[in-house]
Amino acid sequence: MNAQSLGVKAMTEKRHEKLGLTDQDVIKMYRYMVLTRGLDERMWLLNRAGKVPFVVSCKGQEAAQIGAAFALNPLRDYVLPYYRDLGVVLVFGQTAKDVMLSAFAKSEDPNSGGRQMPGHFGSREHHIVTGSSPVSTQIPHAVGIALAAKMKGDRLVAYTSFGEGSSNQGDFHEAANFAGVHHLPVVFFCENNKYAISVPLRKELACERVSDRAAGYGFPGVTVDGNDPLAVYQAMQEAVTRALNGEGPSLVEAMVDRLNPHSSDDDDRTYRSKEELEEAKRQDPIFSFRDYLLACGVLTEESERALRDEVTADINAATAYAEQAPYPEPEQALRYVFAE
Amino acid sequence: MAEVKMPKLGESVTEGTLGKWLKQVGEQVYKYEPLVEVVTDKVSAEIPSDFEGVLTAILVQENETVKVGVPIAVIEEAGSGSAQASSASPESIKSSTQIVSNGIASAPQESAMKAETGAEAVAFSQSAAPTQVRYSPAVLKLAQERGIDLSKVKGTGIAGRVTRKDVLGYTQSASMHANPSSSMQTAPTVASTMATQNTPESATVSASATQNTETTSTSIQAPDNEEWIPVSAVRKTIASRMVQSKHQAPHAWMMVEVDVTPLVRLRERHKAEFKQREGIDLTYLPFFIRSTVEALKEFPIMNSTWADDKIILKKDIHISIAVATDNALVVPVIRHADRLSILGIAGAVADLARRARSGKLTIQDVQDGTFTVNNTGAFGSILSQPIINAPQAAILSVESIVRRPIVRDDDSIAIRSMVNLCLSLDHRILDGWVAGQFLRSIKQRLEGLNESTSLY
Amino acid sequence: MTVKLYIDSIHDALQEEMRRDQGVFVVGEDVGVRGGVFRVTQGLIEEFGEMRVIDAPLAESAIVGVAIGAAAYGLKPVAEIQFADFILPAVNQIISEAAKMRYRSNNDWSCPLVVRAPYGGGVHGALYHSQSVEALFHHVPGLKVVMPATAADAKGLLLSAIRDPDPVLFFEHKALYRWVKDDVPDGDYTVPIGKARLVREGEDLTVITYGLMVHYAEEAARELEKEGVSIELLDLRTVSPLDREAILAAAKKTGKVLIVHEDNKTGGVGAEVSAIIAEEALFDLDAPIARLCGPDIPAMPFNPPQERFYMVNSEKIAQAMRKLAAF
Repeated sequence: MNAQSLGVKAMTEKRHEKLGLTDQDVIKMYRYMVLTRGLDERMWLLNRAGKVPFVVSCKGQEAAQIGAAFALNPLRDYVLPYYRDLGVVLVFGQTAKDVMLSAFAKSEDPNSGGRQMPGHFGSREHHIVTGSSPVSTQIPHAVGIALAAKMKGDRLVAYTSFGEGSSNQGDFHEAANFAGVHHLPVVFFCENNKYAISVPLRKELACERVSDRAAGYGFPGVTVDGNDPLAVYQAMQEAVTRALNGEGPSLVEAMVDRLNPHSSDDDDRTYRSKEELEEAKRQDPIFSFRDYLLACGVLTEESERALRDEVTADINAATAYAEQAPYPEPEQALRYVFAE
Repeated sequence: MAEVKMPKLGESVTEGTLGKWLKQVGEQVYKYEPLVEVVTDKVSAEIPSDFEGVLTAILVQENETVKVGVPIAVIEEAGSGSAQASSASPESIKSSTQIVSNGIASAPQESAMKAETGAEAVAFSQSAAPTQVRYSPAVLKLAQERGIDLSKVKGTGIAGRVTRKDVLGYTQSASMHANPSSSMQTAPTVASTMATQNTPESATVSASATQNTETTSTSIQAPDNEEWIPVSAVRKTIASRMVQSKHQAPHAWMMVEVDVTPLVRLRERHKAEFKQREGIDLTYLPFFIRSTVEALKEFPIMNSTWADDKIILKKDIHISIAVATDNALVVPVIRHADRLSILGIAGAVADLARRARSGKLTIQDVQDGTFTVNNTGAFGSILSQPIINAPQAAILSVESIVRRPIVRDDDSIAIRSMVNLCLSLDHRILDGWVAGQFLRSIKQRLEGLNESTSLY
Repeated sequence: MTVKLYIDSIHDALQEEMRRDQGVFVVGEDVGVRGGVFRVTQGLIEEFGEMRVIDAPLAESAIVGVAIGAAAYGLKPVAEIQFADFILPAVNQIISEAAKMRYRSNNDWSCPLVVRAPYGGGVHGALYHSQSVEALFHHVPGLKVVMPATAADAKGLLLSAIRDPDPVLFFEHKALYRWVKDDVPDGDYTVPIGKARLVREGEDLTVITYGLMVHYAEEAARELEKEGVSIELLDLRTVSPLDREAILAAAKKTGKVLIVHEDNKTGGVGAEVSAIIAEEALFDLDAPIARLCGPDIPAMPFNPPQERFYMVNSEKIAQAMRKLAAF
């Protein structure tokens, strides 16, 4: 509906090909974006229906997440995502069923066996390092993984994501500095949605961009349009290449819009204008990327609808499965404090 | 009532010797008024009163030495109810101490000590009133397990508190001797005391009543290789009285052997006729009792009781005799045994034994014994170490009469009827010398019997 | 067996384990070229290089946070916090992250991390170089906290800590570094985490303590022995998890318990030890459980009189013992 904003002027040329992405790649990217959005909306719906007590939304940030994740290699790299990074963990191997099991806090939840809130990702199998609620604590972990890999001679990238609000935490700065000093293969990925819950960007940062902060730690920082998965992919790819070449860390800041309140317990009407939100929704990356794919002929209306239907069916099946899946046994709460 | 206590008059001072009392019982005393002079190895001072009122009791006399904190006098406080009166606040004691020790470097000691222990010091709550006896959980548990009457255990803790160690010590010293594995240890004592003390309201003391097993505690089950026998109240009392006796009275032990050949002949000669005439068996026991009673008259100290600050000589001679029943020992008393002939004693013994076994003893029958004669010979024993029937001073056991060869004065060997007499004595009261004299007296009396000795 | 200083024992344990296991590395402030401000890591950088002996930027949360990441990746980091007082910036990493990684991932991830930190006072360290911080972590499930008192235990526990699959805080008393010297078994010697050590047996009262205070309590016990009071002395060695069995056995043995620690009293490890005894050994108690601890003031002053006032020492312990013995 708003193809211009993504540059339909360039529609004839397939921008993704210049980035080394095939048509299949971008269809997969789109599919992941739709899946991410669909799961997010489903969880929100379940929350409003009283079936899931808490959800935290990534709505509006899917392009940035999928673009970033596609620059990584799930078999090689490690991700330390923050709580909105649903798109990243899907690309790294989690399924709709995994996500719904987590939402319903069921025993089979691969992240935590139903112990953690949704959005607290973790899976050793998928190289997703377990995360917590205090923000930015995962950032030094990413640096530690990069350090360990360097010590062992393993060639990989440690990706860690966070919001612009979290870039104010000491852990971000300490970790960035450590990574900078030791030239570690880390990509710091900031999803700047311009709000730390209710606090707007102008009250969060004294510098113009989060990416400006990278200079303080001796590595490059770039800011890209987070509604354009290809732009994000490109910036991330550069960062990944630097990391793999031993050139050290990078900071990529993706400018995004948060289309939902901070969480299911938040009401953004108290701090965000309707007009601003309407404008953000007009920039919705799902639609713009779809338009791009349609415009350059990678998708047709028909195949796009089929794709959506498939994703919806997947989500429906996942929801049904997770809803009836068993909770963990109460006494299991006592397990795994230490190795058993 | 308020207690004046021995104050701590200086560092490392733990006791003091009282000098002259400056106030006498009945006199009015004002607060801070000097009460008594005191001398320690560091200072001489006058102890002031912490209270205003009338001196009602002097607890420690001149020239006596007492530990810090021990009450030395009692003052009935002026115009105050008793509750208020007893509140001798530590502050007031301290401040008065400081006044007494005026000029002597003792007062700052406490605060200096406090300063040194800035590290949060160990502090025990002193909230429990000193008069109130409280036992720690460990002490209560131990006492319950071992059937100990805690009021009998001497405390060595703060203010005489009974400590766990005290209870352990109490039972340890008891169990060293209370092992009933051989005939060496016999215990005729307790039941009488128990009965008199614990069942004054009941008219009869039935030996069979001892079966009244009130099982205490333990829901825990015995392991397969053990059987646990519930301890009856009577058994418990026996146990605790034994322990008490053994713990409190330092037991000494002596034995003499007596040639009772003449006695054996005497009995042989009379027994059939006696039985026929009197309707009772003529046993040896009355002769032993009779000789013992006579010796007691000769050595009255043997017929006494230890009372800490004095020894009580009993003028009446009431002989306790142990009677075994199926379930327990009872120790009925032959009252005024010194007034009885052999026949009289024989009758009393027969009567008591019969009533003991049929459970017909009265309270009267089992109380007031002053000395115990224990017929262990009845079991075939030739040597025993009886436990004193507290609070008596000694116990005599009469062993089996056995015929054996002995060397006579003229070096000839003869077959004689011999008996061992064993005496356990409370060494607080008695020494070996008097006990020896006592035994020798019995021995001579027994050996002096002859066929013409009157039974009446 | 070799007689070694406490500090040398820690150094040697690190060195031996780094030789044995390529995954072991140290990270902290001044641990490299300087060899640590207390010289614990002296010479390690020469042997193992700066990749395994990392002079970290002065940022405690990063030191621990980076170590957590490396541990998650499968290495065996030994992070050093220069003074336990400065561990506080890293507390979020320790408590929110290290302590919970296994639990929150339902046993999928783990964090085999060691954080070493010198603690304790009596060394003119003033407020911020004297603190005992074990109580902060003692409360937290998912953490193990060890506090060796002897050179032998320092080695044995450090090796156990490094090999432990979960995070372990290893607190070393500064006053012990060059004061305490004892027989240290050579070679691969471990002491199990969570097991207390019976230092001496006695009949009259039980002292339960750990760290520097073990030595002070031992001195006091020798003093009391002359006075006819025999002391059962238990060195906890590990304050999390507590050796409940040993605590209860020692408490039941004498019925009188004195708990000693340098850390301030309120909410200290002693409170938990005391509660365990009260809950499970009440009927073996012959006296109220006593605690002799640092005062409840924010920290230890610099001036000598107040420092002495703060510190528990052998005289204060002996005094507390006498009081309890007399009860």
